Amino acid sequence: MARGKNRQIVRTTTWSAGPGCHGGCGVLAHIEDGKLVKIEGDPEHPWNQGRLCSRCLAMTQYINHPDRLTRPLKRVGERGEGKWQEISWDEAFDLIEQRLGRIREEYGPESVIFSMGTGRDIGAWICMLAYAYGSPNVMFALSGIACYSPRISAVETVQGDYCILDAAQWFPKRYEDPRYKVPECIVVWGYNIPASCPDNVFGHWIIDLMKKGTKIIAIDPRLSWFASRAEKWLRLRPGTDGALAMAFLNVIINENLYDKEFVEKWTNAPHLIRADTGKLLRESDLVQGGSPSNFVVWDTASKSPVVWDSEQVDYKSADLKPAIAGEYEVTLTDGTRAPVKTAWSVFVEQVNQYPVERVSEITLVPQKDIVEAARLYARSKPAAIHWGVPIDMTPAITPTVQAITNLWCLTGNLDVPGGNVISRYAFDAVAYALPGAKGVIKLKSKEDDAKRIGANQYGPLRKFIWRAQTDLTLEQIFTEDPYPIKGMWLQACNPVAGIGLEPKKWVEALKKLDFVVAVDLFMNPTTQLADVVLPATTFLEKDSVRSWWVPLQSINKAITVGECKPDIEINFELARRFDPDFRWNNIHELFDEIIKPSGLTFKELQQKGWAFPPEGHPSHPYNRYQKGLLRPDGKPGFQTPSGKVELYSSLREEWELEPVAHYEEPPFTPVSQPEMLKEYPLILSTGRRSPVYFHAEHRNIPWLREIDPDPIMEVHPATAGRHNIANGDWVWVENWLGRCKFRAKITLVVPEWMVMTAHGWWFPEEAGEEPSLFGVWKSNINQLIPMGFQGKDGLGSPMKHLLCKIYKVDE
Amino acid sequence: MPEKCEYGLLIDYEYCTGCYACQVACAQEYKWPAGMGGIRVIEVEQKLPNDRAYLTYLPFPTELCILCAPRTRQGLEPACVKHCMASCMKYGKIEDLARELSKKPRMVLWVPRS
Ligand code: SF4
Ligand code: SF4
Ligand code: SF4
Repeated sequence: MARGKNRQIVRTTTWSAGPGCHGGCGVLAHIEDGKLVKIEGDPEHPWNQGRLCSRCLAMTQYINHPDRLTRPLKRVGERGEGKWQEISWDEAFDLIEQRLGRIREEYGPESVIFSMGTGRDIGAWICMLAYAYGSPNVMFALSGIACYSPRISAVETVQGDYCILDAAQWFPKRYEDPRYKVPECIVVWGYNIPASCPDNVFGHWIIDLMKKGTKIIAIDPRLSWFASRAEKWLRLRPGTDGALAMAFLNVIINENLYDKEFVEKWTNAPHLIRADTGKLLRESDLVQGGSPSNFVVWDTASKSPVVWDSEQVDYKSADLKPAIAGEYEVTLTDGTRAPVKTAWSVFVEQVNQYPVERVSEITLVPQKDIVEAARLYARSKPAAIHWGVPIDMTPAITPTVQAITNLWCLTGNLDVPGGNVISRYAFDAVAYALPGAKGVIKLKSKEDDAKRIGANQYGPLRKFIWRAQTDLTLEQIFTEDPYPIKGMWLQACNPVAGIGLEPKKWVEALKKLDFVVAVDLFMNPTTQLADVVLPATTFLEKDSVRSWWVPLQSINKAITVGECKPDIEINFELARRFDPDFRWNNIHELFDEIIKPSGLTFKELQQKGWAFPPEGHPSHPYNRYQKGLLRPDGKPGFQTPSGKVELYSSLREEWELEPVAHYEEPPFTPVSQPEMLKEYPLILSTGRRSPVYFHAEHRNIPWLREIDPDPIMEVHPATAGRHNIANGDWVWVENWLGRCKFRAKITLVVPEWMVMTAHGWWFPEEAGEEPSLFGVWKSNINQLIPMGFQGKDGLGSPMKHLLCKIYKVDE
Repeated sequence: MPEKCEYGLLIDYEYCTGCYACQVACAQEYKWPAGMGGIRVIEVEQKLPNDRAYLTYLPFPTELCILCAPRTRQGLEPACVKHCMASCMKYGKIEDLARELSKKPRMVLWVPRS
């Protein structure tokens, strides 16, 4: 056989479906006779430099899998009965157009929810379809939207732009670039390496940096890989991250380890707070006709209040000496006197409520370790913080993130080489409305957005996150209040096995709807409940743009499989049918418009493969707030209401939430539920990462399943001993919501008082129809986590800290 | 006649993260069915004083490792070495690799069956 004769190598970029990535590895796909025979990391690509994860290296088994959906399916039996008929794409599109069209006519477009999983190369295209249809209800199906966008929203609340660990990802030469500095220390906060590339960071960059001398502070209840190699490891009780961050601030402020110049010049520390109302003093409080958007400071030189003009990003008088601390008195418009103090004083009062002794009690971390870690972080120049999803997965996510963001701001690590660097989309080319960015794809009008679920209740959903609030949406499916939900479009979204908490409620909800479409690559417990299932493609079977931070990349189609269609093409066709004003004629036209700010066309980008924004561009570091690169008006400062880093958040004040960072005890912990603790004496943490799976995916890939065959519960040897559990035993994990089975892994990785389970388990090898639904009820840990415990701002949920008991399964 | 060994794999297990890329890279390269392959990743959990422990992962070349002869003949790195996410594997002449062993601790040099 003439092997290799027709071999062709296609250079492209990963962005799921396939490996499950958020990152963007460069790969070389080896194609023979139209089939993928091998995939390798692209050694020239600056992101991964030739490396590749196990999931991507298993792509041949994924792409050519016998269970791949290759034709559209129409349900012929009852929902969940598993009876399907293959139909053509034309029939599928006609059917969907007709059924969703009827719902829109009868109930309005908002009564269809467009639901996605972790997004990746779906986010833009699902918005495109929803907005063309007219629905503002695009939903990320996790309770409290608790992955990533809460973090973005919270960081932007403080400083207007998001930030990530600087691993020189902005430079083609990476670590060799002379502008870059290797961090002296990285705080790895609730993150474990095998997950690989969350938050747009290739996890192993941290290993590259460790080899170059970076020290690690690991904050994790688990003895993670990082923890076992860390200079300092803080084993905190899950969910107490906010308290720990406050203690760090406490040490840093009281030991004078902070950057005073930055505080004075770039934060709203000097802005005055009224003691009578507890609110920011605004120009409108002082002068008739004064602007409520302007703030006021106390000038110690003239001993009088001076206005900070938020629009001009400057004081209204020159040569002033703003007071950072202290209490003063001002005269209001009505002539009355009001006592005021500075935001810094309020901030420090808050921080002082978290002395190390108290926080040690809350977090279970020894006092000495807290103090030493805080000092190590503050004294390392530069130092960076890299956090994981446990930060989002708690109801008080925003105050926690405020505290952590304050840490890098106060220690001089904001937007400096080797610190936490502001991360924008390359060339500011944004596909869709995301926090802080206005994309090409957006709702037609503000009116269309009026019925978005949760937008009225929750400030961040009006300001930063253009999604329906998940917990309220699920609720509304049952209550039909304020309007009925009739249909759901699920794209790369598997709430029954993966992203949904209380998954039985999701089954009930799906069954209540008139029409459900699922777009996926394989049948799974959720697709089983749809009316129509459409076969999507992997990244190797599509053209796309990866406009997701730096660099800007193209995804280049290498092969075709069956009749599978890329998500974008599916949505494009339907968007055209639903929207008479749909502006684009083909997907390349749309790509051209999205990447227009780069000066490249899609074809040109495909030839280049990737493009880095040049020095001087707002999406290129460093110190952009000083150079006037962050704000649309080109003035130095930040994109916050005051133009400064807001230690005291004016947005939170407006939303009637606590403006300053603080700690809140999560709802189901030994501290908040001492009564429940008697019945459920162990802390249950979930979401143990596997190096070979992405959430609910990949259990059907033989090379990967071989490595991690069963759902795992980690348990400490002493705890296992007390429960008579041997390594490898099947164990029930139970709480007030239900129970499911895991295989015990006895390990020192977890403390005695906690068990950690894997998530996203179902068994593709088992029967797909109900009641089995691929065995999803056996080991789906989400059955033990409640919906409806989102934080006060609609974000976050308690996934990492619940209570449970465990006992051996008696066969 | 004793076989002559020329090449080996140097592993810096301080940095191996247990990501399993090496194992799947080998499976892909040689189309091994699940259960077989040129490399297995081993996990070692060592308890230390003061409630600490050290986690080690170590890629171990099995009886099926052929040191990527078909690749190295073409001047390519072995598939596992090329893809290692932590860049902690190195292929080369045994003498050269042995010299590197003296540069830092937590390393091991494998000379597989090949
Ligand atoms: S998951 Fe990460 S390592 Fe794997 S292909 Fe995607 S970006 Fe690359
Ligand atoms: S050297 Fe080649 S054959 Fe040996 S384990 Fe690595 S990939 Fe497999
Ligand atoms: S690829 Fe490298 S880091 Fe990953 S398990 Fe193998 S040797 Fe370890």
